[in-house]
This record gives sequence, C-alpha cells and structure tokens, in this order.
Amino acid sequence: MINKKNIICSILLLSSIFYKLNAQTDSTKTIDLFADLEMESKKTDANNINKITAAFKSTRIVNSHSVELVGKHNLDFRISHRFGFLNSGSYNLFGLDNATMRMGLDYGLSNKFNIGIGRSTVDKELDGFIKYKILQQSTGKVNMPLSMAYVFSIMHYGLKTSPELSFNNRLSYAHQILIARKFNDNISLQLIPTIVHINAVPFVTDDNNLYSLGTAGRVKISKRIAINGEYFFQFNQLSGSTNSLSFGVDIETGGHVFQLHCTNSTGMNERGFVTNTTGKWGNGDIRFGFNIVRTFALKKESSQKKLW
Amino acid sequence: MKKIFFTLSLFFFSLSIYSQEKVYSTKNGNISINANTPVETIEATNNQTLSKLSNKSGQLVFMLLIKGFKFNNALMQEHFNENYMESSKFPKADFKGNITNISAVNFAKDGTYNIIVEGDLTIHGVSKKIKSNGTLTVNKGVITATSNIKIKVKDFGIAGKYIGDKIAEEVNTTIICKYD
Repeated sequence: MINKKNIICSILLLSSIFYKLNAQTDSTKTIDLFADLEMESKKTDANNINKITAAFKSTRIVNSHSVELVGKHNLDFRISHRFGFLNSGSYNLFGLDNATMRMGLDYGLSNKFNIGIGRSTVDKELDGFIKYKILQQSTGKVNMPLSMAYVFSIMHYGLKTSPELSFNNRLSYAHQILIARKFNDNISLQLIPTIVHINAVPFVTDDNNLYSLGTAGRVKISKRIAINGEYFFQFNQLSGSTNSLSFGVDIETGGHVFQLHCTNSTGMNERGFVTNTTGKWGNGDIRFGFNIVRTFALKKESSQKKLW
Repeated sequence: MKKIFFTLSLFFFSLSIYSQEKVYSTKNGNISINANTPVETIEATNNQTLSKLSNKSGQLVFMLLIKGFKFNNALMQEHFNENYMESSKFPKADFKGNITNISAVNFAKDGTYNIIVEGDLTIHGVSKKIKSNGTLTVNKGVITATSNIKIKVKDFGIAGKYIGDKIAEEVNTTIICKYD
C-alpha cells in the first residue's frame, strides 16, 4: 500500500518536473510584442475610418457657407465687412467711405449640427440658420468620396416701408445643399444647389422661387494661406440682379481666420448675395471686404476630464 | 518520504505556473499632451491608445492615432492635425521599447514599482531613441503603467511658426495605461 502511494507520488513529481522543463523551453521563445504591434498597426489601418477634414479653412467661403461646421460647443463670432464699390472714385476713397457689415454668431450643438444668427446693416436684415452635416468624406474602412451638408436659413427684411409690410411679407427662406470634395491637401471644390424663396418680390413678373447653382473652390498655397473663389449661377432671377462672383484669400493666424476678398455682392446672407446682387465686375462694381472669425470653446468635454 | 515527494512536486508545479509569460494589453490607454504657454492653453487627450506589456521579456509597446487626440477647441484640433502633425500623411505614432528592470517588478505582489523604459518613439514619421522613468502599479492583479515624458517638438521634424511662441517647444506628455 505504502509502496503504491510512493509510486504515485514519484510519478507526480516526475510529471511536474517534465512540465516545468516544457514551460521553460516554451518561455525561451517569448512572444514578440514588436512584431505583434506591426500586425495591430495593419489591423488599425484596415479598420480605421480616416476622415478627410478641413476641405475649407472656414465655415464660409466668401459669402456662401462651406461644407465645414463649427465644432461641438464652439462658438464662432464672425464679423463680415464690405466696403463700397471700387469705381465710386476718390471722393468715396474708392469705396472705403461706405461700409456695410454683418455680425453673426454660429454655435455647434454637435459636430454635425450648427445653429446661427446674424444681423446685417444691408436692409437691416436679421437672419438665422440651421446647418446639418449629412456626409463626411473619408477613406479607409468607409470610403466616402464626398462631404455633404444642408443649410436652411430664414431672413427678415427690417427696413421701414410705406405702406408697412406685414411680418410674413418681410420673410425669405433659403435651402442649400453643399456638396464638397477635398481632392488633395490643396484643392477642394464645392457645388451649392440653392433655392431662395422670397415671400414678397418687387415686381409681379418676378418669381418667388429662385433657383441657382453655386460653385466654389479653394487652392491652398501654403499651410496658412488659401485662395478661394465662388460663383452663383441663377436659373431665374429678380429683374435687375446679376450673378454673384467673389474671390478671396484666407489667412489663418492661430485662433483667427482672416478672410480678405473682392466681390460684386453687397448682402452677406443668402437672399442678399444669391438673388440681390446688382454689381457688375465688368463695370468695376467691385467691393473690397473681409471676414474676421474668432472661435471660442464654451464647454469642456466631460469625457476628457475623467481619465478612464 | 511521501510527504517530501508531495511537497517537492507541489513546489515544482507552482514554479512552472509562475514562470509562464503573460501579455497585459489595453485598447483604452490614456495619453494626454500639454503644450501650454502663458498666452495659450493647448491640451489634448487620447484615450484610445493601444498598449501591450510582457511580464517576461519586459517589452512595452504603444500605438495611437493622431486624429484621436481631442481638444476642447475644434479649430485648434484641426490646426494640430493639418498644420503641425500632418496626420493624413502620418496617421499614427508608436513606441517600441523595453522595461530594462523588469525583474524588479513582482506581478504577483501588490505595490508600486519604479521602472526604467528605453525604446524607439515614432512621431510624424521620425523615430528617436528615448529613455524614461515610470511606475508600474500592481493592484489585485490589475496592472497600471504611468509615465511622464517631455517631447521636443523639433526632434520629430514638426515645424510651425508658433512653436516656441504660442506653443511650447517641449510637449509634456502624460501616459496612464490600465491593462485589462
């Protein structure tokens, strides 16, 4: 009996020593985490959705919205200035004596949804908009060739008139789809199908629904400087209006984006520049202008405060 | 006699368990950077860092996506990716290194152990050898690695006119990784 137990014990001992030796031979070829990381890296590349961001430097190209949005809980304070027509001569210091402006606030409720308000001196117009990002251009796991956003804006004409216009007759609306593609780091293009509905038009022969197609683009010439252009072709238009054509330069200085431009438009909201442009480039009806934007981060992301 | 046999076999058996290699890993490591200057607060956090650690060889690796760094200011985040890190060209940063004094860490015993880490840090497509001190904390089998390193922006070929002015030349980087 004792003998039997002894045999069992010695078998147990031998097997455990054997197991130990086995484990040691295993441990001499340890797992190579460096090689493992290379594999993880390839896996990450395959699974990663690489968002193509910053097709434009700012949320506006010159007058028009770009496909970019203000970030979540960020507030953009935007001052847009347009001087008088360059061809108004030295008496008006080539337009610098007259200035029109729009002050606006844009807020990011989320990275995909923005709201904004603005007030223009032109026609004392108050405007508000909502902007929603529908598609985000990306490569990698999700290959999306385009970015797309929708903008809806309402404008309220504020000038005193006689006879007094009703509230409804002062309103106009604009629907825009922004379709953009960043072709490479330097070149981005955008198409902007637009409908502007004006409740009260100046002449009975004018249409209330005005259709147009905007085209815009930017060429980055350095990390901080980009050249922009924007043109709205109107399929039907108010009598006497022309198509809006603008060129600009974006200069990025830390927290600011500074936009300088030349345009034949006066208004800085959709009713203003898409349908109510009267200047003609050929006649020298060109305005010099600028937009200054300062971004404020209003709220700290709570997920960033806690460490895990 | 059989008692001795029994204890010996138990001893060897237990040894064989302890000598086995274990890889600790996480996909939610926390790396935060800070390039504050008196004029500007520049802080960002990436809490999707992949990290693995071997208790046997002492190998320690990290990998993260540059676009995973979240700033409070979205514009700042955009400039970070577009102008400084060029993250569409260099989407990842990684570290491959070793804990040189891994034998000093007892993974079976709770406590905080000082570690020395040496290895290659790759950011913005540039690799550089670095050496740093850190700690490994063992708490009921949960391993947490922490370290604080200063990264000179210019060492990694990252340029921009605000570096040294609005943006600190040295980025203070804090690493906190809790392994699963």
